[in-house]
Amino acid sequence: MTETVYQHPLMAAYWRQLDTRFPQVEAVFDDVMAEALAVLTRAGLDAYLEAGRVIGKLGRGVEPLLAFLEEWPSAAQAVGESALPAVMALIQRLQKSPNGRAITPFLQTLAPVARRLQSEDQLQHYLDIALDLKARTTGSIHGHHTTFPSPGLPEFFAQAPGLLAQLSIAGLGNWVEYGIRNYRGHPERQKDYFSLQSADSRAVLQRERHGTLLIDVERKLDLYLRGLWQDHDHLVPYSTAFDEIRKPIPYYDKLGIRLPDVYDDLILPSSPFPHPNPLPEGEGEKAEPKPIEREAGGEGRTRPSPGASHHPLPQAGEGKTVISGLDRYRAALAHIVGHRRWSDAQVADNWSPFQRMAVEFFEDCRVETLLIRAYPGLRKLFLALHPKPLETACDPETTSCLRHRMAMLSRALLDPAHGYIDADLLDTVQRFHAVMAHGESSTKEIAALALNYVAKTRRQSDQFARVHFADTVVDYRDDNRQLWKFIEAGDEEDAFDEPRKIEPGEEIHGLPPRHYPEWDYASQTYRPDWVSVYEALHPHGNAADIDRLLAKHGALAKRLKKMLDLLKPQDKVRIRYQEEGSELDLDVALRALIDFKGGATPDPRINMSHRTDGRDIAVMLLLDLSESLNDKAAGSEQTILELSQEAVSLLAWAIEKLGDAFAIAGFHSNTRHDVRYLHIKGYGEAFDDDVKARLAAMQAGWSTRMGAAMRHAAHTLGARRADKKLMLILTDGRPSDVDAHDERLLVEDARQAVKELDRDNIFTYCISLDPKADEYVSDIFGRQFSVIDRVERLPEQLPQLFMALTK
Amino acid sequence: MIDKDQYKVQQEPFYQQQKNEVALYEAAYRNRLPVMVKGPTGCGKSRFVEYMAWKLGKPLITVACNEDMTASDLVGRYLLEANGTRWLDGPLTTAARIGAICYLDEIVEARQDTTVVIHPLTDHRRTLPLDKKGELIRAHPDFQLVISYNPGYQTLMKDLKQSTKQRFTAFDFDYPDAALEAQIVAQETGMDETVAAQLVKIGGVARNLKGHGLDEGISTRLLVYAATLIKDGVAPADACRMALVRPITDDADIRETLDHAVDATFA
Ligand SMILES: Nc1ncnc2c1ncn2[C@@H]1O[C@H](COP(=O)(O)OP(=O)(O)OP(=O)(O)O)[C@@H](O)[C@H]1O
Ligand SMILES: [Mg+2]
Repeated sequence: MTETVYQHPLMAAYWRQLDTRFPQVEAVFDDVMAEALAVLTRAGLDAYLEAGRVIGKLGRGVEPLLAFLEEWPSAAQAVGESALPAVMALIQRLQKSPNGRAITPFLQTLAPVARRLQSEDQLQHYLDIALDLKARTTGSIHGHHTTFPSPGLPEFFAQAPGLLAQLSIAGLGNWVEYGIRNYRGHPERQKDYFSLQSADSRAVLQRERHGTLLIDVERKLDLYLRGLWQDHDHLVPYSTAFDEIRKPIPYYDKLGIRLPDVYDDLILPSSPFPHPNPLPEGEGEKAEPKPIEREAGGEGRTRPSPGASHHPLPQAGEGKTVISGLDRYRAALAHIVGHRRWSDAQVADNWSPFQRMAVEFFEDCRVETLLIRAYPGLRKLFLALHPKPLETACDPETTSCLRHRMAMLSRALLDPAHGYIDADLLDTVQRFHAVMAHGESSTKEIAALALNYVAKTRRQSDQFARVHFADTVVDYRDDNRQLWKFIEAGDEEDAFDEPRKIEPGEEIHGLPPRHYPEWDYASQTYRPDWVSVYEALHPHGNAADIDRLLAKHGALAKRLKKMLDLLKPQDKVRIRYQEEGSELDLDVALRALIDFKGGATPDPRINMSHRTDGRDIAVMLLLDLSESLNDKAAGSEQTILELSQEAVSLLAWAIEKLGDAFAIAGFHSNTRHDVRYLHIKGYGEAFDDDVKARLAAMQAGWSTRMGAAMRHAAHTLGARRADKKLMLILTDGRPSDVDAHDERLLVEDARQAVKELDRDNIFTYCISLDPKADEYVSDIFGRQFSVIDRVERLPEQLPQLFMALTK
Repeated sequence: MIDKDQYKVQQEPFYQQQKNEVALYEAAYRNRLPVMVKGPTGCGKSRFVEYMAWKLGKPLITVACNEDMTASDLVGRYLLEANGTRWLDGPLTTAARIGAICYLDEIVEARQDTTVVIHPLTDHRRTLPLDKKGELIRAHPDFQLVISYNPGYQTLMKDLKQSTKQRFTAFDFDYPDAALEAQIVAQETGMDETVAAQLVKIGGVARNLKGHGLDEGISTRLLVYAATLIKDGVAPADACRMALVRPITDDADIRETLDHAVDATFA
């Protein structure tokens, strides 16, 4: 589709920017640039070429540069362009040490490593591990202060992708640590260790290799949230290995649900009410109130010391229960869902830290009680993960026992067989159940109960510096940050509206408006001539941008092409089993004859005929160009607008290949008086540079008055003479406009418009990018819609969806 | 003559009304208006029609439509016999002659040129021309045409023509709400209501995943199957896996999620 890219004058400029003479680089330059152009932003591209220039001048031959050019775009896609400075910093450190030889292996495996790590943070940990390895194994052989390079480092880089496929970053850290400590002074054995040749190297790998990585179960967890809880969000891993002081705890905020990057299977002795002991040996009572340490399995593991046998996970045998990593994630998610459903934020300022802690424990138990009501099986899971403190474990004469009391209470609130005998505890448990028996209760009501309990059980020693921590940490629970609001802390809503790209009041050029009715669901009538639609030609941009996008998806286009070929009208299709047809179908006729001769009733359908299988389809693609398209797509560097642009370009290309009649228009609105309908491609136009130039200039602003736009588009589509008429609507949100205060109004109007179109023989189909679409999209489109969960996959999915629809 | 009674629904089928569809259907029938029943698979469309036929005391002739079906399969054809040919009425013709309710199940599956033969029966003419036989049948006064289809499978290419759609009054069926569906499952199988409600809950989980890897959720029909197995002594978790989870998907992640829902529900 775009031979142009390779001769583009820009390419020459890029080449100059890279400033290199290696012929090997020249040979692959077009290819690597095609990928780079596809995944990097403009700024990212500059940085890429500049970094390439630097690497090319390190004096280490062509290899590092080749590796970098090939690996970085894909690495950037995985961890973000902003990680480049950190990568370059490592290269500089290697260059300045005797370890320059390790630069090439480092770069050669960067992309797979980045894909495994998935975030800049995690990549940084990886770089830190490498630096640590470098620092501690360079030039220290037998105390000579000579400049030996690290023997293990190049091997380590070469093995890194394989290692990370099996280990969390924490596990990798442990594995490296073991190698450094044991083989720092033995170059050959060090090499063997880091190239996974030696037996102990593989054994340590096995030992570290347990646990369930979040990225491996992400889809399952997404299905879990949607299926069981009708909730969904981004799941963001945090690393559990490097925050030594305070282990991070799950939480959620605007950007998603934060979970540890790995959970180990938890192996518990199975008593009737299993009691996990997540604390490794030696972690008993703490002398000082150290911050909470979460020491279950892998997240809290300390680095192994050489020789010391490393706290191995017990084998699950008879009498053991295993809680899989996946189930631990589910427990954490369920708990968070509980808060999202049932918790209200409380003003924190009037309460002491002790009181807040108590409220958190009670509220956690309230939401878990409600969760268990929904799925009784959760009780077993929660109890398996919840510590069961011994009633006598804490001595109130010497130690602050508040946490201990709260953890016991928490256990007792969930576990009918808790077996505690403290009278206050029993009384409070009973009151809790009494309150819950009436329904869901509320954060406020349960907080009152919590405060009462704290007051009743208060002790002087609660203030002691020595705090009892053992068995008091419930590690699947989130950190409850959403439970509190603080009045002092500048409580104002952050920012009102994002700046709009298109200024309201901008001149409207072009045709006089057309007026359309709008459906008022409240009175079940149309408001006549209610909406003014202005049609105008979409502004122009640079057609080459679209060619660039198409080139970016070259591989996808190839795949699509195969599917398109299958869809293309086959000239003749045979129809068998016809009573009347153009030809005798010999097979069937013989069978019928045999039946007849045998005295059975023959099948009279012994003919066949042919039919020309023409596709006679007219398609209208209607694009919602409202403001929200300027948002970044979740989990992607690109805006929804950019992704839509790519997807639409690919779709246009595909439909053009199929030969179906095809038009594209965009719309947005700024009250009923000003709905803009932007012509991008007409049925008479080919998918040529004019059209591409308009697509390239796609901009987003204002609101989504969908019904009016659909009626207007139907006008054009309705006038086509085609067997089948399809209107595809690509949108990222619910119909709305600034002058429509009733949320339902424009939803209902759009629904009405769908009905009108249906009457006119137009099949409407909505492709929604709105994660909340489930709430309303079926009200409008019935079953004729798809929700794209991962917007970044839109370019791939839109054409496929179209093909499936018209198959 | 044809024995009408063989087409009568002998026993009252159990049908749990979702809203006021029974009365509405009766009104449509009083006026002999053709009826279309839309809805996802296994939500009770066929059961509803069967029940209405019983309630109205009319014979019911059901035809399951498929792609290979031709107009003759509906209308009738000449058969070869040792000594000549013999005309055999198709089900639609039979229904029109004896005054039955003719139920064309999954009508979209039939080719469009097949579908048009029903047109003259559905408007004021109420006739059926048998071109090959040179006969014009006037439908019996009791005759009524009912079609069903599942809009879920609908694509641009496989949809009813407007000119067909607009000959029918329509009911839009969906899976009943949880309480009602539990009642249906309980009634239908004699299962106790708590277990029925648990099954319905699992059905709901699958329906939430529609569009996220599942094309259709778990139907009421499958819930009834699961309850039947449990009634027969199969352990609930096994019955659910066998009747609810395995049939609807081969996607391992979805399967695992549904299995987990089963375990979390039947604690
Ligand atoms: N409202 C209802 N009352 C009684 N039983 C019901 C009802 N809804 C569903 N069922 C149960 O569900 C089963 C499936 O219903 P039915 O066969 O009518 O589905 P359908 O909608 O016709 O499905 P399909 O489109 O696959 O043919 C019935 O056999 C019955 O057990
Ligand atoms: Mg049926």
